Amino acid sequence: METVKLTIDNKEIEVPRGTTILKAAKELGIEIPTLCYMDLHDLNIENKPGGCRICVAEVQGRRNLAPTCSTKCEPGMVVKTHTARVLNARRTVMEFILSDHPKDCLICPKSGTCELQDMAHRLGIREIPGQEFAEMSTYRQDTSPSIIRELNKCIMCRRCEMMCNDVQTVGALSAFNRGFTAAVGPAFEQNLEYSSCTYCGQCVAVCPTGALTEVNHVPQVLKALNDPTKTVVVQTAPAVRAALGEEFGMEPGTLVTGKMTAALRALGFDYVFDTDFAADLTIMEEGTELLDRLSRHLKGDKSARIPILTSCCPGWVNFFEYYYPDMKDVPSTAKSPQQMFGAVAKSYFAEKIGINRKDMVVVSIMPCLAKKYECQRDEFSVDGNPDVDYSISTRELAAFIRQANIDIRNLHDEDFDSPLGESTGAGVIFGATGGVIEAACRTAYEIFTGKKLDRLDFTELRGMEGVRSATLDFNGTPIKIGIAHGLGNARKLLDDVKHGRSEFTAIEVMACPGGCIGGGGQPLHHGDSEIIKARAAAIYTEDRKKPLRKSHENPFIIKLYEEYLGKPGSEKSHHLLHTHYFDRKDKILVKK
Amino acid sequence: MSSIKIELRKEDVDFIKETCSKFNNDSQELINVLHGCQEHFGYLPAEVQEVISEYLNVPVAKIYGVVTFYSFFTMIPKGKHPISICMGTACYVRGAEKVLEEFKKELGIKVGESTKDNKFSLSSLRCVGACGLAPVVLVGDKTYGRVAPDDVKGILKEYE
Repeated sequence: METVKLTIDNKEIEVPRGTTILKAAKELGIEIPTLCYMDLHDLNIENKPGGCRICVAEVQGRRNLAPTCSTKCEPGMVVKTHTARVLNARRTVMEFILSDHPKDCLICPKSGTCELQDMAHRLGIREIPGQEFAEMSTYRQDTSPSIIRELNKCIMCRRCEMMCNDVQTVGALSAFNRGFTAAVGPAFEQNLEYSSCTYCGQCVAVCPTGALTEVNHVPQVLKALNDPTKTVVVQTAPAVRAALGEEFGMEPGTLVTGKMTAALRALGFDYVFDTDFAADLTIMEEGTELLDRLSRHLKGDKSARIPILTSCCPGWVNFFEYYYPDMKDVPSTAKSPQQMFGAVAKSYFAEKIGINRKDMVVVSIMPCLAKKYECQRDEFSVDGNPDVDYSISTRELAAFIRQANIDIRNLHDEDFDSPLGESTGAGVIFGATGGVIEAACRTAYEIFTGKKLDRLDFTELRGMEGVRSATLDFNGTPIKIGIAHGLGNARKLLDDVKHGRSEFTAIEVMACPGGCIGGGGQPLHHGDSEIIKARAAAIYTEDRKKPLRKSHENPFIIKLYEEYLGKPGSEKSHHLLHTHYFDRKDKILVKK
Repeated sequence: MSSIKIELRKEDVDFIKETCSKFNNDSQELINVLHGCQEHFGYLPAEVQEVISEYLNVPVAKIYGVVTFYSFFTMIPKGKHPISICMGTACYVRGAEKVLEEFKKELGIKVGESTKDNKFSLSSLRCVGACGLAPVVLVGDKTYGRVAPDDVKGILKEYE
């Protein structure tokens, strides 16, 4: 590999040609501050528009200061990162950025996790000269079912635009106008609700300021908890336990399943259940559908569509409903675990404890913002009463725990309640990319072949590569599995399906890079992909610790079928656990 | 933003389709396609951008971004007689701003808008290369030189 030698702050370094000054400096232990720049290395995601100019440095022989995030190292370069000229320029840039930024930090939802606030602190900004003459941005607020856009807080770093277009290929957000009136938003400055937005929340996950935040449902949950006429049931998604600890200063990858359960009980929830139970149920329904389609397909039935696509991820559902409405019959009809849980809680469980569904409030804790939209869909309610009443993110739960004076670090581990809190390892791994299909394969293999699996870890399905594939041997029948995380990667696999080029039997899609562990509702990773990897490792650790690791062996799932549903794919199962899809473009046009 | 609602006719859609295919439906040619469409329609309403989005396979948000970035592109229909006032240095120092103010007052519209009857629209531009005639006003293809605020009424009368 060709290398170049250069000097940064009087230290010599040799780096591969093409390396940016920013990265070379980092290797020397010099942390040049950045604002718009973001590098999620393991996920192959990088934002370096060179727009904010916070990362400038002096390069000998160059007239202007160089943005180090997008300037490549050259042989013999002499770089200085903290001369008076650099520090003053950096401060001036920051003062300009702050000049039209609202100063309501005390009450901003991003306060404490805001990168702009941190940068102002790091650069020691104590005044903003010319403030009295500065014009303020006056962009309106836009509230969608999941995401709030507070555009006057936008600093035009364009990370959201990069996520929405380059990574997710959703194309809902773009920069518009120029100069002072420039901002980022949907076409014709319409509301997010009327755009192609899937509510995946990746824009929120990377926004450095309070410009993009989630809709907060904690007040409604608090109200329900304080209503003596309501039985409040909570479910927690698998990815939450692998990330919640970060909000309380724990190392990324710390599992807090028991502490989280204890905290939820302390908050006053009547039943603390686990979405993992519903994940096991999803496997029963989706796995059965897969085997049914597969065996019909193998017999030459042309109406049996192969591949089958997973349907657990609401961002993904929104995506294909908008971009591939002609392929509505390809994904599994199985509802997502969140919605299966709600449907079972408000029927089977409500009957069991003898209450009316109207007196039950189901709250979900999700790593996801699209779940907020999903639970508001008309088809997931009975006579106007939703199966899941409120969905709050991992971040919202952390805030709620803090407000309720609960010291989660010192709580003793507690178990979930029975029966909807009992789950297998297969349910847990739903949280990481590849997990749903691995869980499905564990069950499908045993049902299809009638044999016991001797190896439960399908490591060939794991990893962080955007598109992965593996062929599993189901007793002589090759099962080709495709996996995509990030909607841009999903689009590649979907285009193949559309044009009849796909060789896969089943495809798992998760809208967010890394799967749910990298969801839009998780603690902010601030551009550190190591955090996402640590969460994935935690998920697989939890799986290994479980005595049961196959969904069809969950005794409470078996009981649910015996007592209530009959068998997977039965009429009752279809009524409660399956759904249908829409052409979302049409729906949006009608609403407009 | 798109307060003017139009419904595209089949021949309008066909024109956009042809323009896109003239550039091989290449998304890199977006600006050329926009030029072609603005020349034909006089402006770029939301519907036109949505059709372009279909054929070039570019998100409509991106197209809107380009349309609003370049001042040449407009989403508001030009009047039958588009009025442009040169705000280049020479014209400016010789009082172009007062002339512009007079046009605004007489027509009751701002820069970038059209009159209700769609007869006149108002825009400013930078230097038409006739600085000797400053301040310069263009109405359609006709050039007026050394315009004073008092001349404005007379100019507008010519088009009644």
